[in-house]
Amino acid sequence: MQGSIGFPILTWITFLPILGMLIVWLIPSGKDEETKKRSNMLIRWTSVGITFIQLILAVIIFLNYNNGMTGVNQQSGFQFIEKFTWIKASLPLIGNIHIEYFMGIDGISAPMVLLTAIICFVAVFPSFGIEKAVKGYFAMYLLLDTGMMGVFNSLDFFLFYVFWELMLLPMYFLIGIWGGPRKEYAAIKFFIYTLVGSVFMLLVMIGLYLSVGSFNMLDMMNPANFASDSIFGGFNTSIRYVAFIALFIGFAIKVPSVPFHTWLPDAHVEAPTPISVILAGVLLKMGTYGMLRIAFPIFPDAVGYFQGLIAWIGMISIVYGAFCALGQFKIGKRDLKKLIAYSSVSHMGYVMLGMASMRPEGIVGAIFQMFNHGIITAMLFMIVGVLYDRAHTRGLDEFGGMANKMPVYTGIMTIAFFAAIGLPGMSGFISEAMVFLGAFNTYPMLTMVSGLGIILGAAYMLWALQKVFFGQIPERWQGPWDPTGKKYKHDDINGRELTALIPLAVIVIFLGIMPNPIIDMMSASVNHFVEFMRPFVKIGGHLSGM
Amino acid sequence: MLGLDQFIAELNKSISMFLPETALVIAFLVALLLDLMFKKSKNLTGYTALIGFLVTGYFLFKQMNMQSTAFSNMFVIDQFGIFMKWVILLSSIGVVLISFFTNELYEKAKGVGEYFTLIIGMAFGMFLLVGSSNLIIIYLAIETMSLSSYVLAGYTKEVKRASEASLKYVIFGAVSSGIMIYGISILFGLTGSLNLFEINRFLAANPVNNFALFLSVIMILSGFGYKISAVPFHFWTPDVYEGAPVPITAYLSVASKAAGFAILLRFFKVTFLDSVPGNDSVWTLLGSIDWHFVIAILAVLSMTLGNLVALWQTNVKRILAYSSIAHAGYMLMAVSTMDDAGVASVLIYFFMYMVMNLGAFYVVALIANNIGSEEIDDYNGLGYRAPILGICMTLFLISLTGLPPTAGFIGKLYVFSAVVKAGYIWLAVVGVINSVISLFYYVKIFRNMYLNDVDSNKSKLTYSPASIVLLFVFAIPTLYLGIFFNDIVKWASYSANIFMGK
Repeated sequence: MQGSIGFPILTWITFLPILGMLIVWLIPSGKDEETKKRSNMLIRWTSVGITFIQLILAVIIFLNYNNGMTGVNQQSGFQFIEKFTWIKASLPLIGNIHIEYFMGIDGISAPMVLLTAIICFVAVFPSFGIEKAVKGYFAMYLLLDTGMMGVFNSLDFFLFYVFWELMLLPMYFLIGIWGGPRKEYAAIKFFIYTLVGSVFMLLVMIGLYLSVGSFNMLDMMNPANFASDSIFGGFNTSIRYVAFIALFIGFAIKVPSVPFHTWLPDAHVEAPTPISVILAGVLLKMGTYGMLRIAFPIFPDAVGYFQGLIAWIGMISIVYGAFCALGQFKIGKRDLKKLIAYSSVSHMGYVMLGMASMRPEGIVGAIFQMFNHGIITAMLFMIVGVLYDRAHTRGLDEFGGMANKMPVYTGIMTIAFFAAIGLPGMSGFISEAMVFLGAFNTYPMLTMVSGLGIILGAAYMLWALQKVFFGQIPERWQGPWDPTGKKYKHDDINGRELTALIPLAVIVIFLGIMPNPIIDMMSASVNHFVEFMRPFVKIGGHLSGM
Repeated sequence: MLGLDQFIAELNKSISMFLPETALVIAFLVALLLDLMFKKSKNLTGYTALIGFLVTGYFLFKQMNMQSTAFSNMFVIDQFGIFMKWVILLSSIGVVLISFFTNELYEKAKGVGEYFTLIIGMAFGMFLLVGSSNLIIIYLAIETMSLSSYVLAGYTKEVKRASEASLKYVIFGAVSSGIMIYGISILFGLTGSLNLFEINRFLAANPVNNFALFLSVIMILSGFGYKISAVPFHFWTPDVYEGAPVPITAYLSVASKAAGFAILLRFFKVTFLDSVPGNDSVWTLLGSIDWHFVIAILAVLSMTLGNLVALWQTNVKRILAYSSIAHAGYMLMAVSTMDDAGVASVLIYFFMYMVMNLGAFYVVALIANNIGSEEIDDYNGLGYRAPILGICMTLFLISLTGLPPTAGFIGKLYVFSAVVKAGYIWLAVVGVINSVISLFYYVKIFRNMYLNDVDSNKSKLTYSPASIVLLFVFAIPTLYLGIFFNDIVKWASYSANIFMGK
């Protein structure tokens, strides 16, 4: 069978980090300074090893992936399928229950799996700077990794939900223990926001289960499976609309779309660098992924009804996020990390806009934008982390002239900043262009307004670049970062940081010139998805397929 | 009238069905005697209690598929009751074991001989309550378990707040059982019977005064509500939970509640429901009072008040007390449906709740052994001073919140699906909002354990290896039942069958 390699690779890629977590747990802590140091190093390198194997598995998936298969709502179109009965009982008094361990990937999830593996691998390197409770940190990190991977791989709603919630607790601790000064506030805000979204998702899941009799997502996508007298039976009923809104809000909180975005700046500013990287690189994508995987195909009629609203939310996120980022130049608020956090809100808005277009190029653009934004924002946060580690501040107006002091660093940063702006030749350009192409056909006016986001994006990014890197070096930064020379031998970026950043820079430039490897992965699935949604939604322009 | 032969035959049959309860009575007496004879030995009655519970378990196991009545319809043996008795029995065993590791009991009370004896007595009262189908037996059973629990709540009499707790418990208990017996007398006057099956038949055949019926049932509810600590009958809960020794708090919050819920479900289902002619699986409500709605209101009040007040508490035992009020609310949601799915989900929830709640209280006891406090501020940095306790406590707390992959999530899943299935979507929405609120105070506990005082140089906590083994006895099922819940769900669904007297 194509798209399968006779090895439960999705299980391995998902649960390998849990295995790693157990190993990390078993490494003895060490009694004195010396052994403690050694055990910490061992823990760090174990994590590097585990995430590296995970990355290799992702590459194996990528190489064996069959671009022609569709997926979305047909089980035969999924690849690397693993399907076992997990819970099955026929209960006379309370109805049957059937939950499957059902994993598989298609063109929507495959790029996300690859992205997760890449980000989790590179984010281990900035994690080397963590000195407090190293063992706990990496245990939580690896648990988080499993949760994220599981979300992208599962095709059973129950399984999906378990992974979706599994991620909350490690994230709470990662922000709460290893975060900045207002970490407690940021951590609980993240926890509560996400939980509010997911409890309503739980109710919708229960309703779907009672209507369909199975937790299988693909069964839920087939209207024929809904019992006619059940809660979600029929089309265009108000309860279906309410359920869609509940699911949508649950996912939009994660994206985050305006007006559910306020947890993001706090979480980002307080989280340690690697966690910001994961948050922006992978976690946010789970929201838009959930919409494409669950909310849209299960409630296509509701998508048709709310399509315009989704596009509006996308547009507002783009423009509002960009203005908030610009707002960081106001005196007294100048935080580089917050600027990038708001730029995430803006960039995820493109994804929403592309999805709302319901055109193949728009949706391919949206998924590609998810991938690219993951890589680019990961770079941006790591870059801010490099500076913060040395200067212990992120104030935009506290820097200047860093290009003289850190030339290599400035080079990498320029690539990341220009990629974030969407400069041609970088991956961000391709995806944004495709999003606009698709969205312009369906919602021309909204798309034109959204174009403002690009201009504003260029403004805040270039302004930030100028403030930090050009002009005069302030007096306090003129000497070396670390006069003792113990921690930082040179003023410029060090080898460990480059190891994490260079692969990402290569991906950004490579996909900017040759986006085909990723786009080919998803086009068959997306075409199928659009065909599937077509009877329900508004699609502007002439549809020719891709 | 029965002839003598028939009477003796009935008695013999009844006694053969009453074996688990008989075993408890015998264990009670043996413990009492042993305590008199061997004053010096510390845990002798405790071991007697354990053996007694195991024997009870054996007889209970032999009853597994029985469905019958005993003592002229005063006592019922059915799958539903047996499930609840297992919950009570297992939590009794758990509480006795927890007591062995609670220093407070050995330091602040004069001997623990009567302590374990009274636990057996309380278990007997609860067994009786679960199976009773006669209003007088219900009343007697409630009194039996209450009397033991009043003493147990104040067992550490050198602690001031324990005596206070005991006194409050007695006063509130006396008032609510007084109200309850008044309600029973009104119901008796209305229907001419004390037997639930006969009341059911009477209500099916004759119209009664709605106001009087409503009044009597609300009064009876005050007795049940007091046992399950549902709002507005909850006022005793926080003080008693805070003042009582930790194992007793755990016992009151699990076993005593299980007995209360068992009789609540049995009372409503047997008394007010009747099968639609020709279809045994569809049930309708007798009379014109919407009991679904009454229970749903109690559920909403319990959840919301329990959770909101818990937010402001600073004592971990008090937090868990209010959380137990909220959990009663979640379960009442399922009770309000009064259908088989609802009953089954209450059973599932109870099993899960037993494991995680006993676990949480056990951690509180182990921590109190070391630091002598249950104040949340004293929990700062405990995650680093006692890593195993910290991890297990976090597990129990997220299970209580209802996050997967833990037992509590499965309980919530079934409760919510029973509620959605019955069509009370508004109730389910209130329920999920409440679980978000509850996250806030559960997080507060492990926030203090992990986020505060990270670099504290205070000494590590000490605990014996045996106490950690017991901790895993609670922690492993909390995780395991969250992932593999097939069997428990099957068993609960099988046990949702309440004997209706026909």
